[in-house]
Amino acid sequence: MKYFGFIWKNAWRKKVRTSLTIMSVLVAFLLYALLSAIGYAFTSGANLADAERLVVIDKISLINPLPVSYGSRIATTPGVESVTHASWFGGYYQDPRNQMPQFPVEPREYFEMYPELKIPPEQLEAWANNRIGLVAGEELAAQFGWNIGDRIPLQATIWTKEDGGRTWEFDLEGVFSTDDPRGGTGYMLFHYDYFEEARAFGKGTVGWYILRIAGGANPVEVANAVDTQFANSPNETKTSTEQAFVESFSKQFGNIALIVTLILGAVFFTLLLVSGNTMAQSVRERISELAVLKTLGFPDRTVLAIVLSESILIMLIGGLLGLGIGWVVVQGLASTLGAFLPGLFLSPQAALAALGLIVAAGTAAGIFPALKAKRLSIVDALARG
Amino acid sequence: MDILAELKGVSRVYQKGKERVEVLHELDLGIPEGDFLALMGPSGSGKTTLLNLLGGLDKPTSGTVSVGGAELSSMSNSQLSHWRSTNVGFIFQFYNLLPVLTARKNVELPLLLTKLGSAERSKRADIALSIVGLADRAKHYPRELSGGQEQRVAIARAVVSDPTLLLCDEPTGDLDRETADEILTLLQILNREHGKTIVMVTHDAQAAEYANRVLHVDKGKLEARVEA
Repeated sequence: MKYFGFIWKNAWRKKVRTSLTIMSVLVAFLLYALLSAIGYAFTSGANLADAERLVVIDKISLINPLPVSYGSRIATTPGVESVTHASWFGGYYQDPRNQMPQFPVEPREYFEMYPELKIPPEQLEAWANNRIGLVAGEELAAQFGWNIGDRIPLQATIWTKEDGGRTWEFDLEGVFSTDDPRGGTGYMLFHYDYFEEARAFGKGTVGWYILRIAGGANPVEVANAVDTQFANSPNETKTSTEQAFVESFSKQFGNIALIVTLILGAVFFTLLLVSGNTMAQSVRERISELAVLKTLGFPDRTVLAIVLSESILIMLIGGLLGLGIGWVVVQGLASTLGAFLPGLFLSPQAALAALGLIVAAGTAAGIFPALKAKRLSIVDALARG
Repeated sequence: MDILAELKGVSRVYQKGKERVEVLHELDLGIPEGDFLALMGPSGSGKTTLLNLLGGLDKPTSGTVSVGGAELSSMSNSQLSHWRSTNVGFIFQFYNLLPVLTARKNVELPLLLTKLGSAERSKRADIALSIVGLADRAKHYPRELSGGQEQRVAIARAVVSDPTLLLCDEPTGDLDRETADEILTLLQILNREHGKTIVMVTHDAQAAEYANRVLHVDKGKLEARVEA
């Protein structure tokens, strides 16, 4: 710590240069925070997946529906404790920009399948008893200022009604939440029966099935048993863990994790060039000062540590500022985009990884100048003045 | 008087490309404790190399250098660093103060290598600054000081850890006559009143007059001995 003041003074010897370097680090870590949060939003479903749930989809594509008759057959498959289903509705509220996930489901079955979702029992009961009832996640309800009893019209982009209309009207009967801060609630659920009765096409089908494995049953064996019974049928199935399902769902938007990694890779490579150049220049400018330190008796390793610490300090200032601003921006985005991109969250793991990245980048940027300072010959450096 | 520093058969050869340059040739020299020795000679004669060897900044190609009973030529780099921090103070022609630090912080620098606390380091730096007559300039940065004041700060830095040996490389080379005389007087006081052994490289015959004795170095050899 006794060297901190000295390192701090050295870091700021060229205020404009240091400020610009810190700005570039700040921007890099701001991007890191935003992209990490977006990446997390796309994969948080996978992170929250329950290992005791399996999802059954059409073998060819998730967008191909499955016959509703499969439900009872899946339910009787050995190792299956319970089963329910869901479908993709794909509508918007008032404006095409207001799109959010909407799922026609079986009310009671769905909440039994997802015990992590919390809803007051009387609201669940009211919803179950109202055919055009709807329940919304608390983020979604807050987003649009909905209150229980509100009439909510959705415009369908896929499912026209039998009468040719595209407007589906619902009564908001409840608001559900989740205790897990990583879990988004930016979606809504309504009755499959109403959806099935009113839609113009696709009758007798569901989007996918969700099943809970009986205690002690082997998930792989259960998945194989489900798929085997539908083999060679017009609708062969692919049963996988909920995590694999969520991952395949998010990959419909592209390989988000890869895109995030590539962008961050490019940003950090540039950052290393910028900050490495700053440190190299900074050391070049004070060769004689470093030689003086050595002359006074500063050991080689101390000189190396001083230069390296300076590099890490600059990276820390910029990195922490970037992460801090990023966190604030993510909080802001989560409150405004939560409905469309639930789970927008700068996770503690991502923040911790960022700290590691800060130290690693600081070390990488400073190591060569630091080694140069360490190896400096006092006599040569003093002779050069 | 006891011998503080001794060079025996010291040669220093540098390799410049394929050329072999012998800067010092089998040189013998004894420096008694409390001496104020001026080394004179033309450029390239080996004066600064001799000073570097005495300060443990360089090692001889052959021969031995010992200071205060420590055999410098056989020490490792880290041993030499530690030895320098406690036994020798350096004063340079261009002062070599660190521009980002105040006078006090510059003087404190050698004390960072000790276990002294912050308050004690500041106190000692202030004492050193008062010895060189700059107590009132402790918070000034080098750019806010005159050349003579900068050199005084450099001298305070050199003596703050109370070394026995002060090595001065052209300490007045960048100063006007009047300021040079002040600096040389200060060195004389450090020699006479504080018992510092001083070896000073200089081109300036008037500066050399402040020393107890003058040695001429030419082509890597000590040429003549002149009592000041």
